[in-house]
Amino acid sequence: MTHTKIASPKQDILYMAILSAVVLTMPIWLQPFGAAYPDLMQKFMIFGIFAIGYNILFGLTGYLSFGHAAFLGVGSYTAVWSFKLLSMNVIPALIFGTVLSGLFALAIGFVSLRRSGIYFSILTLAFAQMSYNLAYSVLTPITNGETGLQLTQGDARVLDRMAGIQADASLPTPNLFGIEGIGYSGFYICAALMLISFFIYLRIFRSPFGLKLRAIKSNQNRMGYTGYNTRPYLMTAFVISGMYAGLAGSLLAVTDPLAGAERMQWTASGEVVLITILGGVGTLIGPLLGAGIIKYFENILSAFNDSVLQNAFSFLPDWLAHGLASVLGLFVGDGWHLTLGLVFMLIVIFLPGGIMEGISRLWRLVSSSASSTDDKEKEQPSTKEA
Amino acid sequence: MSEYILDVTDVDKNFGGLRALSDINLRVKEGTVHAIIGPNGAGKSTLLNVIVGRLTPNRGRVLLGDQVLTGKHPYEINQLGVARVFQTPEIFPELSLLQNVMVPAFAKRDGEFKMGFLKSLFAEKEIREQAEHLLEDVGLIEHQDQIASSMSRGDKRRLELAMCLGQHPKLFLLDEPTAGMSRHDTNRTIELLQRIKERGMTKVIIEHDMHVVFSLADRISVLAQGAIICEGTPEEVRNDPRVKEAYLGGEAV
Amino acid sequence: MDAIFLQILNGLDKGGAYALIALGLTLVFGTLGVVNFAHGAIFMMGAFCAVTVEKILTLSVRVKDESVTFFDAYKETPYLEVWFGDTGAAIIDWSVPLSIILAIPVMLLIGIVMERSLIRYFYKRPHADQILVTFGLAIVLQELVKAFFGANPIPQGAPDVVAGSAAIGAVFGLGEAVVYPWWRLIYLAFSLVTIGLVFSFLHFTTYGMVVRAGMADRETVELLGINIERRFTIVFGMAAVVAGLAGVMYTPVLPPDYHLGMDFLVLSFVVVVVGGMGSLPGAVLAGFLLGILQSFSSMTEVKDIFPGIDQVIIYLVAVVILLTRPRGLMGRRGVMES
Repeated sequence: MTHTKIASPKQDILYMAILSAVVLTMPIWLQPFGAAYPDLMQKFMIFGIFAIGYNILFGLTGYLSFGHAAFLGVGSYTAVWSFKLLSMNVIPALIFGTVLSGLFALAIGFVSLRRSGIYFSILTLAFAQMSYNLAYSVLTPITNGETGLQLTQGDARVLDRMAGIQADASLPTPNLFGIEGIGYSGFYICAALMLISFFIYLRIFRSPFGLKLRAIKSNQNRMGYTGYNTRPYLMTAFVISGMYAGLAGSLLAVTDPLAGAERMQWTASGEVVLITILGGVGTLIGPLLGAGIIKYFENILSAFNDSVLQNAFSFLPDWLAHGLASVLGLFVGDGWHLTLGLVFMLIVIFLPGGIMEGISRLWRLVSSSASSTDDKEKEQPSTKEA
Repeated sequence: MSEYILDVTDVDKNFGGLRALSDINLRVKEGTVHAIIGPNGAGKSTLLNVIVGRLTPNRGRVLLGDQVLTGKHPYEINQLGVARVFQTPEIFPELSLLQNVMVPAFAKRDGEFKMGFLKSLFAEKEIREQAEHLLEDVGLIEHQDQIASSMSRGDKRRLELAMCLGQHPKLFLLDEPTAGMSRHDTNRTIELLQRIKERGMTKVIIEHDMHVVFSLADRISVLAQGAIICEGTPEEVRNDPRVKEAYLGGEAV
Repeated sequence: MDAIFLQILNGLDKGGAYALIALGLTLVFGTLGVVNFAHGAIFMMGAFCAVTVEKILTLSVRVKDESVTFFDAYKETPYLEVWFGDTGAAIIDWSVPLSIILAIPVMLLIGIVMERSLIRYFYKRPHADQILVTFGLAIVLQELVKAFFGANPIPQGAPDVVAGSAAIGAVFGLGEAVVYPWWRLIYLAFSLVTIGLVFSFLHFTTYGMVVRAGMADRETVELLGINIERRFTIVFGMAAVVAGLAGVMYTPVLPPDYHLGMDFLVLSFVVVVVGGMGSLPGAVLAGFLLGILQSFSSMTEVKDIFPGIDQVIIYLVAVVILLTRPRGLMGRRGVMES
């Protein structure tokens, strides 16, 4: 339904241009939604990177990994160590975070990709849980256990010292040659990286390599009889998506130089699955949308509490307002995850293609009512059976 | 180099206690069409599975020209020049017809693995034109942007043919290529296969439809209960009493 | 020697919980072909059945405290004690075992409702979809529990009679010093009995035989004119009851909180995979085996040699098993492999 026609590079340039414009003007057009503050926009970008990377694996090859948070965690820890040992400049942090996650993905992928289907899911889950458990226990010297790894005054920062940058009384912030990793400048650093990541991701989607990955998802058996050794393809996809996760993890550390083990827990792996499914697995822009929507509503809904609700319903009779508030209170604030779980279930049940499928269904509905010529042909290919 | 493109020697295949293939010897000359016929359960598909590397024989070996196929992975065997269409079409249901045909063409050109993930599919003009050409050949060009899963069974078979033909295999194995097709479609497929015959590709066909067999095959092997009971030209096979026995019932043997 | 003996007991104990959860997972997978990520949540809901029962039994009223004579003092006293005195107190003391009576119908109902309203629509969908939807369901269930019971663990007591430890060393000739909590012994016995019941049900009743036949070859059984779907609904309910009871009985061992289910689910899946997808004896065997391995690896002597081994042993075993014996210890060929 979506990728049937081969897109031309011109189309893709337009695509990138529109996306860049949308992303870079976020601080303006997000204002009416109350989401134009830097912390949240950084999250949009970072989880966008995480999700598009995950989509390279899950969306293209169909391999459902339940352990991607491990790479996110490795990226964060590496970045913080780079800040501590080398420099507060974000460049080494990002490079090391990405590369090390890639190596870690290479090791885990080497083992996990020997199996497919649910076994692959469980293997990745097992590795992620192992990493999480180790980060909490024996690896405490590296991860600082429950407290989490953070910067201190006494850090070596060899490169900074060589460059003659002296630490002052307060803790230094990560920066890109003086541009701070926090606030709006932090958002623009994240946005630039997200756009670069997206460009590479777009190229992968449009390449013969991407086509082969989709063919693996579609019929791995046939791939073998067609002369492809599928394992290196899967391996490459796995490592690339691991590196995306590592980049996202390092960016989390750039915007807030603190890394904790909970970032590696399987609930965090579950989150990226949620984001990708919600947006639309295997679609180009879906995972970005998913990341934006989930992070936005997480922010809005978890800020709600009963008294806010009571106020909102204050025009109603007291008993009704109270009742409504306590029912709705289940779904907001701490109960945000309940809403998330429900929405996720509804999506998987009724709209397995996520929001993108919803949009294309709507679009088809609109266009078919606009032009009542025979749309039968158009609808036919969308019947997706697995 | 021997004059035979496919050389199967003394192949046995057991499944537990069941002997699916025993002492199979099969030689196919380059550029010919060789049909394998026999009743259901005779081991025809098992033999193909052994050739393409899905199954490893318990004994014996398979040569393609002078290269040993036995013990190699299916993808290695394909890269050496063996393509196969299956009894139930093995295509890429979620991809468009054009993409379905492009994927094998890439395998032919790029080998078993090529990274190159920054290259644009759009820039691969040659492969695309080749794929369009193939789709035209099998009469599916007007559906090139449709999703393969939406096609009829007969169309899927023809698509699979196109996918394999795009690899220009030295040896082309066809497992009942016309099963479940209408008379009209069957005739079109025969016509198509006759056309490739002229291009000098070696083909091994499993088929139940004698009309197809006798209009295509140069030689025929008859397989019954895991063994080749007779081999020869269509004329010889047609007149062989053992073949009638095998088809009419085991009690006569 | 004593330490090893205790570790084996410890492991059997933990293994009992793993085995009971894994048994249900396997049963559901084998019969319905559904990968149920919400099974851990069912275990957790069983545990909260016990919490609910205790909450109901200890509904209290403020009563004047007679022992304080200088001024008017009040204390919270459960209605049961007010009405029935010592009998009431005894009932409260036995709240965990009593919860079983409530848990059986409740869990059965939850299981059947779950299967009829959600799971059955996923029989024909890919395993990935099943995983995802049940994962969503698990989140919903655990968040509901969190909303009603709060985020903190709620300790549950075993009845006083069995609250202490058994001098088990004397029985086995290992010396008086070797003691083991009574309740954990009861838990072990309970899990063995439950496993025995499930197996006898499947092997010695016609109903069970049909279910097993359905596990082996669903289509043929359906061709015989047996309504296998309805039986499968019951099987799902049964798996829910088994997991639920395992949860009820586990509460005195580990105070339940809302993420108990998720914690056990990951481990139980590993157990199922190690045992072999679709093999019931495999699930039980692997459950006990991994339980024992885990408790051995948490011995200080072992940890000194392999630091952190206790944290990863189960996953490590799973990885090794999956790579060397993809079918698991006792699994059938080709289950769930594409």
